Amino acid sequence: MGKPNDLVQGTLDLLILKTLSLDPKHGWAIAKRIEQISNDVLQVQQGSLYPALHRLEQQGWIRGKWTESETGREVKFYSLTSAGLARLEKEKESWKRLSAAIDLVVDSL
Amino acid sequence: MRWLNRARVSFLMLFRRGTEKSRLNREFEFHLEQQIADNVSHGMDPEQARVAAIRLFGNPALLEENTHSEWTWNWLEGIWRDLRYGSRTLLRTPGFSLTAILVIALGIGATASLFTVVRSVLLRPLPFRDPDKLVMLYERFREAKDSYNVVAPADFRDWRAQTHGFEDMAAWRWWGGNLSGDHGELPEVVAAAAGSWNLFSVLGVQPVLGRTFTPDEDRIGANDVVILSWSLFQSRYSGDKDILGKQIRIDSKPRTVVGVLPAWFTYPDPVVKLWVPYVPTFKAENIRPDSHQSFVIARLRDKQSAAAAVKEVSALQYQIHMQNLGKPVAEDVVSKPMIEDVVEDVKTPLIVLMCSVGCMLLIACLNVSNLLVARGAARRKEVAIRGALGGSRRKLIQEQMTESLLISVAGGILGLLLSFLATKWLATHWSDLPRADAIRVDGTVLVFSLAVVFLTALLAGLLPAISTTGKNLLGTLQDSARSIGGTVSRATLRKTLLTAEIALTVVLLVSAGLLFRSFIHLRTSDLGCVTDHVLTVRYGLPEKKYDSPEKVLAFHEALLQRVRSLPGVRAAALVSTAPGAGYEGDNVFTIPEHPQQGPSLELDALTRKIDPGYFSALEIPLLRGRFFTEEDRLERMQHVIISKKFADKFFPGENPLGKHVSISFTGNTRQSYEIIGVVGDTIHDIGQPIKATIYRSILNGDPRIDSMATIVVRAAVEPLSLSMPIQRQVSALDPELPVYDVLTMQQIIGKATASKSFSASLVLGFALLSLILAAVGLYGVLSYLVSQRASEIGIRMALGAQRSEVLRLVLVDGMRPVAIGLILGLAGGAATGLLIKSILYGTRPLDPGVFVAMAGSLLLTALIASAVPALRACRIEPVQALRLE
Repeated sequence: MGKPNDLVQGTLDLLILKTLSLDPKHGWAIAKRIEQISNDVLQVQQGSLYPALHRLEQQGWIRGKWTESETGREVKFYSLTSAGLARLEKEKESWKRLSAAIDLVVDSL
Repeated sequence: MRWLNRARVSFLMLFRRGTEKSRLNREFEFHLEQQIADNVSHGMDPEQARVAAIRLFGNPALLEENTHSEWTWNWLEGIWRDLRYGSRTLLRTPGFSLTAILVIALGIGATASLFTVVRSVLLRPLPFRDPDKLVMLYERFREAKDSYNVVAPADFRDWRAQTHGFEDMAAWRWWGGNLSGDHGELPEVVAAAAGSWNLFSVLGVQPVLGRTFTPDEDRIGANDVVILSWSLFQSRYSGDKDILGKQIRIDSKPRTVVGVLPAWFTYPDPVVKLWVPYVPTFKAENIRPDSHQSFVIARLRDKQSAAAAVKEVSALQYQIHMQNLGKPVAEDVVSKPMIEDVVEDVKTPLIVLMCSVGCMLLIACLNVSNLLVARGAARRKEVAIRGALGGSRRKLIQEQMTESLLISVAGGILGLLLSFLATKWLATHWSDLPRADAIRVDGTVLVFSLAVVFLTALLAGLLPAISTTGKNLLGTLQDSARSIGGTVSRATLRKTLLTAEIALTVVLLVSAGLLFRSFIHLRTSDLGCVTDHVLTVRYGLPEKKYDSPEKVLAFHEALLQRVRSLPGVRAAALVSTAPGAGYEGDNVFTIPEHPQQGPSLELDALTRKIDPGYFSALEIPLLRGRFFTEEDRLERMQHVIISKKFADKFFPGENPLGKHVSISFTGNTRQSYEIIGVVGDTIHDIGQPIKATIYRSILNGDPRIDSMATIVVRAAVEPLSLSMPIQRQVSALDPELPVYDVLTMQQIIGKATASKSFSASLVLGFALLSLILAAVGLYGVLSYLVSQRASEIGIRMALGAQRSEVLRLVLVDGMRPVAIGLILGLAGGAATGLLIKSILYGTRPLDPGVFVAMAGSLLLTALIASAVPALRACRIEPVQALRLE
């Protein structure tokens, strides 16, 4: 495995929101999930994951809740708020527009 | 719902910041454990798994910081950190901090106090209903431009009845009387006012007890009623509500108490103790358009301009004038807002004080700024290192600003405490201040002070902060202690600040000097008579009891005789109003020997009633002719004496003796009196120009005009010790008769100049404080320069420079900003002097004496302040200075 691809600026938020739209997860699980789904192409660095999570929480898109995990210790689970769901839709929209635009440019050459 | 979530998070972040921090660490730990577990499940041994996980995790401190930076309230945390850092640095140098805080406290305290006074007196509207709708109406004679003449009662009656531009108009006049009870209570002289029945409704004032006057009570011959002020109600009747409906005796005449005014109502002056209806204070024949004494307050209709309403009244007044040609009846009517009328006399002094206090605050800021620059210079290396390590310039400036903010806030709190005390003191000691009761610290004053605190912080901190965090970091780091060049620009900055400080100080000093000099002029103004060992005691014989000339005369003469025989009395005499004690009144007259001049041009002079011994008792010189004799009494009174000013003005180049004056002292038909003497001028009111005066004999005993008298006594002993014996003689003659204004001549002068002395001493106080601040600033700058240049001076001396040369070097360095500041300040002082011309008395705005004296005292102070560091510089031992490196 080579150097993990740097996430396109601003897409991490979208990925986190999307990942959380299914069920609440803790930070490690979010990172793991993104890696799995992207077949290890997208590697989420802790250095950007936690700042992003806290930013989203401060913005009110997601909500952190300390609950007991299966192993019996307190873990912070993040879940999507209703505002976050709306946000996710918007982020998706703009991502689609952006990637379509990039495709157009790339394919035209 | 998003805002709710955000609010919840914000709340957590603000109040549970510590918990959130430890939780964040637990989040990281968990993440790490999961990674380790993941690694182990991929077949690594535990130790390896751990190392790999930690390597993948990266720098936990950095991660923590990055995550933190996403939190809200970070700015607050930054400020908190700056505050802690700032207070720590300040505490490390308590001497500096204390000096700076005290300097700022003085500045802010004085500013806040004066602002409180200015706001309460000048800016806050009168405590009446819709006060901006209230205007004062005055008459204006066309020959006296810009004058505001009091109104004649007949004019007021006609204006109110015949014009419709105003919602309503009310009138009042000064009045006064002897207050006594039905049962031999102590008599008391009270200042009072007479107001038209609608006065209180025009102002929008409700009595706290009872009612105001009715129209029926406000007419000639009405039954007599009285409204008490709150202070009289409390002091004389101890707040007993039963006084309502009861009778009290004023000038021996019973009056029914119908109401009590609220405590806050102190218009037109707190000395007014009771109000009586307006019209009954006149005799029917005195309600004329040519006797002026009343003040008229008018209330504007909604959406009506004062100009239009006044125009209508003015047109009516012109008709009245045309109907009374040849009499002193004004042509026009003018108005001014009531608030302006009330504060007129103190406006300029207050503004001058406010400006001087502002100047002082500015000087205080400059001084602290200067101190901060000095500190900044000492911490130059530290700042440079922090800059080199990545501290942003903004951050560094912010940190230094926090320091100056801390100083200002501490100074502000201390200053506000000071100002609470100072304001109280000002309000009680400034005797001439109108509306002193309204002075208090309120929200606006606090907001103002807060603004001043931040402004001070900005002024004092910004310049030093910018100068010490300059871009030339590397240069500073390379600076060795031996190099001198690096300090030059900073020294220039400090010298510039110092120049500004000195210029402002000189402006303050010059203004203070001018005010003080005009106060001294007032203080020592020659009244025209002896003022040493003279006691004056006033009394007024009530007309009801003393209703014939014989009775009035009998009392006056009996009292004079009794007082003259008291031990310690060298001379005693009677006068209606003593010199310096006020205007009393004037009368118009004609001179039969002179052809009648223009119809409206009336001759006018002050009148005084005296007994034959008056001039010799007060040593007022006889210039021509003779004094009155005992023969000038009762109906035999056919002579008058005139003052020098009168003779110069109305008989230029003529001998006035034997000429006549046709005058009516009582307001009735005129009578011709022969001039028998000319005496020296006396001043009726200190600070006012001398007026032509005409004297008549009080021995005429007319109950209408000769009943008010001042007994003036020249004492061989301490004059005030005679006050009780004299009062005893008065009550022996009439136990119901009170005396008042028991004052020595010196006290009369003191009273008249008290307010001037007050503002002059305040400005002088500010100026002296500023002088001290400037001296401290100068001393600080020079000491700093000397310490910076110690090695340079050492080298110079080692190379053969004489100590005197070193002394001169430092002194010249210090005196250069002083000289520039002095020149700027003198120019500013000249401009200020011209601005405050109107409150100067007997002093030219460019008085060279004041300018020289103030420049001299500044130079002297500056010389002393720079001499200390200069002497220190020339005592430097070259060897030691060089070894210091």
